[in-house]
Amino acid sequence: MDIHEYQAKKILSDFGVTIPRGGIVYSPENAENKAREIGGSKWVVKAQIHSGARGKAGGIIVCDTPLEVAQATDKLLGKKLVTNQTGPEGKIVNRIYIEEATDIERELYLGLVFDRSSESIMVVASTEGGMSVEEISKEKPETIIRSKIEVAVGMQSFQARELAFGLGIDPDLIRRASETIIGCYKAFSELDATMVEVNPLVISKQKQILALDCKMSFDNNAMFRRNQVSELRDKTQEDSKEVFASDRGLNYVSLDGNIGNIINGAGLAMASMDMIKLAGGTPANFLDVGGGATPEKIVKAFKLVTMDEKVKVILVNIFAGINRCDWVAEGIVEALKKIEVNVPLVIRLAGTNVEKGNKILKESKINYIEANTLEDAANKAVAALKS
Amino acid sequence: MTVLIDKKSKIIIQGFTGKMGSFHAKEMIEYGSDVVGGVTPGKGGSKHLNLPVFNTVKDAVSETGADASILFVPPAFAADSAMEAADAGIKTCVAIVDGIPSHDMIRIKRYMRRYTKSSKMTLVGPNCAGIISPGKSMLGIMPGHIYKEGRIGIISRSGTLGYEAAQQLKNLNIGVSTSVGIGGDPINGSSFRDIIEKFETDEETDAILMIGEIGGPQEVAAGEFAKENMKKPVIAYIAGLTAPKGRVMGHAGAIVSAYGESAIEKVEILKDCGITISKNPSVMGDTVKAVLEKM
Repeated sequence: MDIHEYQAKKILSDFGVTIPRGGIVYSPENAENKAREIGGSKWVVKAQIHSGARGKAGGIIVCDTPLEVAQATDKLLGKKLVTNQTGPEGKIVNRIYIEEATDIERELYLGLVFDRSSESIMVVASTEGGMSVEEISKEKPETIIRSKIEVAVGMQSFQARELAFGLGIDPDLIRRASETIIGCYKAFSELDATMVEVNPLVISKQKQILALDCKMSFDNNAMFRRNQVSELRDKTQEDSKEVFASDRGLNYVSLDGNIGNIINGAGLAMASMDMIKLAGGTPANFLDVGGGATPEKIVKAFKLVTMDEKVKVILVNIFAGINRCDWVAEGIVEALKKIEVNVPLVIRLAGTNVEKGNKILKESKINYIEANTLEDAANKAVAALKS
Repeated sequence: MTVLIDKKSKIIIQGFTGKMGSFHAKEMIEYGSDVVGGVTPGKGGSKHLNLPVFNTVKDAVSETGADASILFVPPAFAADSAMEAADAGIKTCVAIVDGIPSHDMIRIKRYMRRYTKSSKMTLVGPNCAGIISPGKSMLGIMPGHIYKEGRIGIISRSGTLGYEAAQQLKNLNIGVSTSVGIGGDPINGSSFRDIIEKFETDEETDAILMIGEIGGPQEVAAGEFAKENMKKPVIAYIAGLTAPKGRVMGHAGAIVSAYGESAIEKVEILKDCGITISKNPSVMGDTVKAVLEKM
């Protein structure tokens, strides 16, 4: 789960990281007042969307008067911002963060992620803040410093100091820099985060160490014990079909193609997508109804896939284990009574009681194309598209 | 014996009296697994499915001599249950449960470092289908009848894609020594490399089929291990050629976030390690067959 910049800043500041003064607003009038409240003579108006690279997309505006702050807010609110991370449909701006401008002396990069090889938390830092970590690793890999943290004992002061000295920070500021790095580590480990990124972490002309922009992501599996974090979810930033799916216990990812998929198991779903591609088609979605593939889930899956107007063919591929094919077939027949499907439907059943399952489908008089293997299913789906 | 489990494995069910635990205990017993009891804290001393229920794993082990366990407990309690099994002397533990927080998985793995290699439990999963040695024992939730007895070792992150492979093999009259589902999470108990190493020394396995997917470093680590250390042939299929970068594809671990984690990159690296690639998921069986014919 992702959260907004202003939410991540609030969390990090609770862990002792310094952030510029700022506040969230939902209207231009509000924005003008907020700017006066913050004080100073220069402000930054920042569109809050779940994406980086907002600056290049026009989502960050520097202003010299409270009136300009109001105008900039008016310009951004309700707008769809398209960045290189949002996809062509962009993301809607519903919240604006107003922040005092910072006199920047140096821009650094600080990130924390899970390292799947060492199964520990990895802190990554670089002197080249402001660029994305991908750009840094491509263009200035020599500036990257890494530190592996043993989760059993947590991050030690010396590890934070080594990173701070490695970034060339003034001796006077090392203590504050270490506290900042340890604060980020604690936020990561205590809140079940999967990613914390402060980019840039800046040293101001006034010798303050500030998180100027930051991002946090969290482990969905841990949200049952992180109520305060899960409340920060903003569904307007997610694909509406993906929200519909996750609310119903389905794993769904929206894609660009026109062959809709209903499959049980994530691996089999990816494999089916690969077969569609090899057969010359493109998948409209990834959809895993779960290993169980209960009739209820199948109804919900049909509802979801038929919501997508791009879908011109639906491919159902179920490998039944403990849930038998006859039961799955009954679920499909039930679903088609409730949901109108106006595109060709290819169904491949495999596993336990496959003959019985296929018999139920045939006798139900539903309109479908039967397939036997993965390859057969993909070929028939692509052929149905052309017919 | 086959890897991890065999006919003699004595199995207990953690979360025995729950709906899932009861259902799959019956399935395992029906398959012929030697299920000797289960654990549900607070229900010790009672009987369930005509088998004894214990309060702790230690009690279960000392009374029944159990050496294998399978977890059907909710995600929030799964880490605790796995550590309890490790401490009680269980040798092989399967965590079926989907949804264990990654921070908990790291905690389990740190905890296990206190044991020496010979006394350390092998944890398989979470978010997996479990282990089956066809004709001998099943410590999992797979449909046992699709597996034919034989000499191919299967390791798969995905459950249903592992079934797909077993059925393709069966249709070609090729059997399986053991199939291990290592699960779809970013951090899991056993990696491809851990299991591939066990298959290399297993007298009942001739070749290994490894079914991977996008995300994480494990397929590549197994490939490098195979190149340096293995004599038995390894066949691999990697799912997710069409998966977009940076998106989680169902499995929490199926996300491309670094170089070498996409399907295309994994396939290239594995080829360089001398591994035979099944070019698509519908020819996994045929690819294994072709390799066997050359042996």
